[in-house]
Amino acid sequence: MTQIPKSTPRKVDQNTNGLDYSKYITHKMKTIPASGIRKYFDIAAGIEDVISLGVGEPDFVTPWHIREMCIHSLENGDTGYTSNYGLLELREEISKRYKRDYRLDYDPQKEILVTTGVSEALDISIRSITNPGDEIIVVQPTYVAYIPEIILSGGTPVIVKTCVENEFKVTPEELESKITPKTKAVVLNYPHNPTGAVMTRADYEKIAPIIEKHDLIVISDEVYECMTYDGAHTPFSDIDGMKERTILLNGFSKSYAMTGLRLGYILAPSELISAMMMIHQYCMLSAPITAQIGGIEALKNGEDEMKSMIREFNRRRVLIVDGFNRLGLDCFEPKGAFYTFPSIKSTGLTAEEFADKFFSDQHVITIPGTIFGESGAGHLRCAYATSKEDIKNALDRFEEFLKKL
Amino acid sequence: MDKQTQDVLEILEQNAKATPEEISELTRIPPAEVLEMIRTLEAAGVIRSYKTIIDWDLVENPYVYAFVQLKVSLERGHGYQKIADRICKFTEVRSLRLLSGEDYDLEFIIKGKTMKDVAFFVADKIATLPQVQNTSTHFILKTYKEDGVIMEEREEYKRLPVSP
Repeated sequence: MTQIPKSTPRKVDQNTNGLDYSKYITHKMKTIPASGIRKYFDIAAGIEDVISLGVGEPDFVTPWHIREMCIHSLENGDTGYTSNYGLLELREEISKRYKRDYRLDYDPQKEILVTTGVSEALDISIRSITNPGDEIIVVQPTYVAYIPEIILSGGTPVIVKTCVENEFKVTPEELESKITPKTKAVVLNYPHNPTGAVMTRADYEKIAPIIEKHDLIVISDEVYECMTYDGAHTPFSDIDGMKERTILLNGFSKSYAMTGLRLGYILAPSELISAMMMIHQYCMLSAPITAQIGGIEALKNGEDEMKSMIREFNRRRVLIVDGFNRLGLDCFEPKGAFYTFPSIKSTGLTAEEFADKFFSDQHVITIPGTIFGESGAGHLRCAYATSKEDIKNALDRFEEFLKKL
Repeated sequence: MDKQTQDVLEILEQNAKATPEEISELTRIPPAEVLEMIRTLEAAGVIRSYKTIIDWDLVENPYVYAFVQLKVSLERGHGYQKIADRICKFTEVRSLRLLSGEDYDLEFIIKGKTMKDVAFFVADKIATLPQVQNTSTHFILKTYKEDGVIMEEREEYKRLPVSP
C-alpha cells in the first residue's frame, strides 16, 4: 500500500532569511485555491508500475513533419520575435481552416491573435473584459483554470451546475437563473474537460437567445474541437447572431499533440482582438516563433495524421467506456475530448476516497471529479490519452479493486 | 471505405494478432461480424497476409539481406510481367518492385544465410536470365526501420503523470 497524504495544503516556502514574504503577496493570490491534482503528481513519483489516467495531453508525439519543420526553422535562424498578432501566414492558415471547415470568416489581419497556448488566450480574454465586480459565469464541472483566472482579473465567478442526467450540457433555464445585472460573460468549454460532453448546434441555439437578451459575451474554449466523435463540432460563433459576441479560443496542443510547444489562438471581433492584443503585447510580446512555424506546417499538411490519431482515440474511448459500464461503474458516453467521467457512487465512496484508495491499492492515477467542483462529486476523471494496453490493464485493476470493496 | 472497415484495418495493421473479440472491444462491432468482415477483406485481397517483423540480428543465426537492382531488356508483348513472374518464384526473393527512373528497372530484396549464398544466387540465377542486362547488389548492413517499426529502442520521453 502506498501512503497518500490526507490533504493538500498549499506549500508555503519556509522563511529562511527573516523576511515575511506573505506581506508582499497580494490578497487576491491568497484566495486562489491550490490545484487539487498536485498531490497525485507528487505521490506517483518513484513508483514503477503506475498507470496514469490523469494525463491531460495526448500520448502521441508531435508528428515528425511538424517537428522537422521546427528544427529546420531553428537551423535557418528563425529565432526572433514575430508580429504581436503572430506570423501572418499562420493567421491566414487559421482563417482558411475556419472558412473551409465551418464557412466562418475571420479576417487574418484583424480578427485573429496567436497566443502562447490556449492558457494565455484564456488569461487575456478574461482580463480584457473583466471590470472589478463583474460576474463571469462558468460551467461546473469546471476546468481548473477558469475560476482562478476570473478571480485574478477582479471578477466574480458564478457557477452554473450541470449534471450527468443532462449529459453535462448547459440548459437555458439553469443559465438564465444565474444571470444578474452584473453578469458580463459566460465561459463555455465544449468538448468538455473533464466530462467529454459536447454541445450540439441545437443545444447552442437554445442558449443563444439568452446571451443576446442579456447582452453578454461568450468565451468559448474549443481546444478539443477536433476530438468530436459523433457528429460534427459546432463552433459557438457559428450560431446565428453569436459571432459578434464570441471570443473563440483554440490551439494546437490537443489536435496536433503540441502541448509543450505552447501555441494557441483567439478568433474574435476586431475591437476585442485589439483589446486582448494590448495585454498580449506587454505580457507575452509574441508566441514562440518555432511553434508558430510548426503550426503553419500542421495546418497545411497535418490533417491526415491528426485524423488518424483521433480515430485511435475513438477506439480507446469505446474500450474504456464499455469497460467501465461492464464493471458497474456507470459511465456517461463522452462524445468529445479524451476524458471519461464514470460514476463511482455505487461503491459508497466519495470520489476522493476512491481515487486515493485505488491509487494506494492498484497504482492507477485517476482524478476525483470534485477537483472540478461540487457537481463532479461521485465521479472520476479518467483520460484515455494512454495506450490500449494501459487502458485494459487499468480496467483489470479497477475490477480487482472493486472486488475487494 | 466505411468507418468500420477503416477501424478494423487500422487495428490489424497495428497488431495482426488482434482477435475478433479484441477488435469488438474497440469498435462495438459484434465479434462474429468482425470475423465476417475480416474474411471478406481477405477474400477481396485487401488483407494480403499477416506478417511478423523480426529483428534477426538478435537471434543466433542472423540472415543476410541485400537489395538487388536490375536493368532488363523487354520482350515484345510481355512488358515487365514475364521477368517479374519468374523472379517472384524464387523463395529467396522477399519483395520485388518495378521502379521509375533511368538507371534500373526492377529492385528486389533477397534473403540468404551468408553473403556468399546471396552473391552466388544473383550471379547464377538472376544475372543469367536472358532479359537481365546488368545487376547491382547492395548488402544491408543494418536495419533501422522495417515496415513502419523502428528497430532500435530508445528511451522515451516521459510525460508528466498528471496534468490538468
